[in-house]
Amino acid sequence: MTAMTAATVALERVTQVPGVRGSLLISAVDGLVVAERLMDGIDGRAIAALAGNLVQRLGRATVGAGIQSPTFIHLRGNAGSVLAAPGANDLVLVALVGLDANLGLARIEMLDAVGRLS
Amino acid sequence: MRALEPWVLEPLQTFLAESSARLILLMTTSGQVIAQHGFSRSFEVMTAAALGSAIVASTEELARIMGSPRFGAVVHGGSRQSCMLSAFGTPRGRWIGLVVFGPETSVGIVQLFFDQMVEELVSAAPREPPARLVLAENFEHELHSSLKELFGR
Repeated sequence: MTAMTAATVALERVTQVPGVRGSLLISAVDGLVVAERLMDGIDGRAIAALAGNLVQRLGRATVGAGIQSPTFIHLRGNAGSVLAAPGANDLVLVALVGLDANLGLARIEMLDAVGRLS
Repeated sequence: MRALEPWVLEPLQTFLAESSARLILLMTTSGQVIAQHGFSRSFEVMTAAALGSAIVASTEELARIMGSPRFGAVVHGGSRQSCMLSAFGTPRGRWIGLVVFGPETSVGIVQLFFDQMVEELVSAAPREPPARLVLAENFEHELHSSLKELFGR
């Protein structure tokens, strides 16, 4: 399986979870989209840039605090959440979920999918 | 931060605050420097403006040869700092932005907020044409006169 096929499969699995509105594979260092599967009207470029920056900063903060880098990030908002699972090679799997989403299942699928990418 | 036209300052300040970029230079494709932040000597601005406009001209010619539209941006990635060059249209003509940024930010963040700055510049630009037109053959003269205004010498 090529790297891009693996990325597409990972995004497919995450997007199939009820309540997930879209998912992206991003490069945290560059803040750029590697692959995406998003609903129309969602700006993947902006999400990649901002989520990549967030993951980088959280990583620095936790390392600075003497604890391990986060393995899963949940940013909860009034209308939904942004979930991020950092993986190998500075790749991060990001999902946008609504309030009705099955967060537990989304978390399991994301951690499994990002583990298979490395 | 110094700017020849005051309406440029606000979009530029917002961009710097949001993107955490270290240096920025805004210039016309004819070499007139519109604004700069982070450069301490006029010599550095002169060199950056000349090299930046030459690189953009080269990439636009390369795109023409390839039969493709203009490239959106050129990014030179480095381990300690990176550089992005991007040309864009404004009511005042075609301008070039040269941005230098470090590992404290990312190319995605810089591009995202640069595009927002371009939108703000386009909407803030006065609709009347500039007092005088800058021609390509006046490149060196225009560069020197804009540097004098920006650095006061």
